[in-house]
Amino acid sequence: MTTENKTIEALPAITIRFAGDSGDGMQLVGSRFTDTSALFGNDLATLPAFPAEIRAPQGTIAGVSSFQVQIADFDILTPGDNPDVLVAMNPAALKAHLSDLSPNGMLILNEDAFDEKNIEKAGYKLDPRNSGELDGYRVFQVPMEKLTKEALAEFDLPGRAVLRSKNMVALGLISWTFNRPLEDTENWINAKFKKTPEIANANIKALKTGYNFGITTEAFHHTYTVEKATLPPGEYTNINGNIGLSWGLIAAASKANLDLFYGSYPITPASDILHELSKHKNFNVITFQAEDEIAAAAASVGASFAGKLAVTGTSGPGLALKSETISLALSAELPLVVVNVQRGGPSTGLPTKPEQSDLLFALYGRHGESPLPVVAAKSPSHAFYAAYEAARIALKYMTPVIILSDNYVATGSEPWKLPNLDDIEKLGNNLTTTFNTEEGFMPFLRDIQTFARPWAIPGTPGLEHRVGGLEKEEGTGNVSYDSANHQYMTDMRAWKVANIANDIDKLEIHGDESADTLVLGWGSTYGAITQAVNRLNAKGVKVASTHFVHLNPFPDNTQQIVSKFKKVIIPELNTGQLLKLIRENFLVDARGINKVAGVPFTAQELVDKIEGLINE
Amino acid sequence: MSKIPVTYKRTDFQSDQEVKWCPGCGDYTILASVQNFMTELGISKEKIVFVSGIGCAARFPYYMNTYGLHSIHGRAPAVATGVSVSNPDLSVWVVSGDGDALSIGGNHLVHALRKNINVKILMFNNQIYGLTKGQYSPTSEEGKKTKSSPFGSVEMPLNPMSIALGSEASFVARSIDMDRDLTASVLREAATHKGSAFIEIYQNCNVFNDKAFEQLTSKEGKIANRINLVHGQKTVFGANDEKAVVIRNGEAIIVDTKDVDASEIYVHDIYKQNPSVAFSLSRLSHGPYGPTPVGVFRKVQRDSFNEDVHQQIAAAKEQKGNGSVEQLIRSLGTWNVS
Repeated sequence: MTTENKTIEALPAITIRFAGDSGDGMQLVGSRFTDTSALFGNDLATLPAFPAEIRAPQGTIAGVSSFQVQIADFDILTPGDNPDVLVAMNPAALKAHLSDLSPNGMLILNEDAFDEKNIEKAGYKLDPRNSGELDGYRVFQVPMEKLTKEALAEFDLPGRAVLRSKNMVALGLISWTFNRPLEDTENWINAKFKKTPEIANANIKALKTGYNFGITTEAFHHTYTVEKATLPPGEYTNINGNIGLSWGLIAAASKANLDLFYGSYPITPASDILHELSKHKNFNVITFQAEDEIAAAAASVGASFAGKLAVTGTSGPGLALKSETISLALSAELPLVVVNVQRGGPSTGLPTKPEQSDLLFALYGRHGESPLPVVAAKSPSHAFYAAYEAARIALKYMTPVIILSDNYVATGSEPWKLPNLDDIEKLGNNLTTTFNTEEGFMPFLRDIQTFARPWAIPGTPGLEHRVGGLEKEEGTGNVSYDSANHQYMTDMRAWKVANIANDIDKLEIHGDESADTLVLGWGSTYGAITQAVNRLNAKGVKVASTHFVHLNPFPDNTQQIVSKFKKVIIPELNTGQLLKLIRENFLVDARGINKVAGVPFTAQELVDKIEGLINE
Repeated sequence: MSKIPVTYKRTDFQSDQEVKWCPGCGDYTILASVQNFMTELGISKEKIVFVSGIGCAARFPYYMNTYGLHSIHGRAPAVATGVSVSNPDLSVWVVSGDGDALSIGGNHLVHALRKNINVKILMFNNQIYGLTKGQYSPTSEEGKKTKSSPFGSVEMPLNPMSIALGSEASFVARSIDMDRDLTASVLREAATHKGSAFIEIYQNCNVFNDKAFEQLTSKEGKIANRINLVHGQKTVFGANDEKAVVIRNGEAIIVDTKDVDASEIYVHDIYKQNPSVAFSLSRLSHGPYGPTPVGVFRKVQRDSFNEDVHQQIAAAKEQKGNGSVEQLIRSLGTWNVS
């Protein structure tokens, strides 16, 4: 297609990565481009990556922040493997990301940042633009800083503020190149800088300047577009995992007819859940920013005792600190949802990178015999349902439940087809206001089906009782050191959790059911695994996959499924934790594909490795 | 807090559990004082919650016929925060010890007081670890010989009143286990206080640290060393009021009454916003040795955490209306695929 001064080439999908200094506003550019594409109707998936430091030294590799988005005209599951387009705002961004760029990929450089100082800071001996290492890519040099300064000369802004708008020049140019309208971003800028119209106008001018640079520069006259995706009909929103999870908790509280209490201590990458929930006080949500991780969990236990849907959220190191308090909830048999947005560990580890290395800790990281249910979110849009499911189990079975999310699910985004809320099951609970025996109230007399104890909350006349962390006598709940009782209570707590296997969705097979090989996954690897299996099936390789949402207990058809296949392959972003569980629980000689590199699997990486294992 | 006219007897607050402290423990007297006081609190017992951590004192909730939660070591103020803010209609009490509140749980105590959470914290201070059989605690005196300090503790003890005042506590008081009238009067002041209250109760551990408070509890010591802080009254003490407290250059000092002009003697004011005088009173003794103030040090009004949290919720509902999940999931913008 040709219009006055451009040709438009339609592509089924394109992956763009924006990279720059952490102060360059790359996350903003990426999310604006994403939202515009979402409104346009593309399917998409995003992968933000940023350093743990807020402002690492300018111009260095350590300070590079990036945002990758794949947009497509079909249903996609991952943010793309290798980018087709790389926007590099400085030499460090180029150095950090060039090796990922697809052959013949489009490389847009902010040429003003390529001075001697920055080139040296990035660790280059020679200017990479002249050293030959960009051969094989389509290089476009754009004087982004000069364009910004010229465009914003008419505004009365200090120099630093002017240069801050260069990301808008980049966004404008990319919007031209990929035929995205500017209106949505203009509206967004106007809303964001409502109180400072001068800054709003300057940013819009910068945005248009980038766009107009495309119009007037012949090199950019070959443009691209990605048509609307044919997604299942419905109403969609673009959502990341932290927001999805927060909304899932609010929805669960609403459907349970309870108020939500969220106790948390700020920690990356879970803090956005605290931020999101603290906005929604009109849902009767109480957010409590505690003095530490332990207090956050402890206050949540108190809130649960007082009758709230109580949730405490954190990330790896915080889960370790909460361990003893979770055991209290487990022993007192109080409902509690514990959110763990996993990141690279151990210790402070990689605070802003995804990893699935807390699975065994979630299952076993408590003193004593202390089993509890564990569920995992498999994608940003699934986080809503994972939160809902965790709340359902906690309330129905009077137990703490751990939700495992990770940095990839939490910060990545994708379109979510909104559910009909009326179709989502209402949540029951064990609240009571009456005696459960003729003699009076027995706080540890269990329901004969769920083994859950009744939940009598302060304020309920006649049901005054005491619970705590000391072993309780079955029925009365009185402190008991009796040996037979401790054996019985330990068994009951284990039974209660094991019994949940009958009350959760069964595993479903995806791909070629007649295959000999099953790829087994859990959590955030869902997109990459499913896409890899689709690609393998498309080229005739017989392979199927299935994905765990429930990690404890496993669905009751797990044995049947894992035994059906000759070969079971388990890709995980850890050194083999689900692998260990599957081998020990089901005596299957499963094989792992394991990585702890601070980045998710790409679909192609899994295609290659799965094929390798099949052909072994 | 809604008050319901209920007539209770002390036995209404006794649970059916056998009390298992050592015979002669000061905890028995405090339990009796608290159970007695509950009858005059004017709150129906289903709205009363006792929360504790770990230690001898922490068994307290099991003996109260109210709602109770025996939690984990040091965390009671945080657990109680969750209970209290979840239901502002409840009367929430924390029972703790010197190890529980000032050592493993020091952080939580400081922040519960700072935030002015509506919980009343009773810290039984026996200056020893009892349940673990006799190690020195953060309030044990320097040189204290215990199982874990056979050559004497080399640690400077904490001053609980100073810690509480330094934590912006709005209510700070001290009592003594055997003085049931004093305990009752302090509890009465605390119960009517809006926000957090911190009450240190000197409690004799007759097994591991007997007579630690003798200078304040013996016949002579009681008269010679107790400085009774009473709002609006001159701080004089001794058999014939021969000693007095004066504030000079911001510092509380003890003088002979006859040596000073009567107008210079400090008249106790629990409502003073500035905590400096209360703090200087807390420094008159560092532990129960020599002249030591007891009673209410400070009782000042400021908004409680609970009130502010629920006011924000009410304001949000007034501004935005009750939350709708249907609207929430559409709040970031949506598009339709047909």
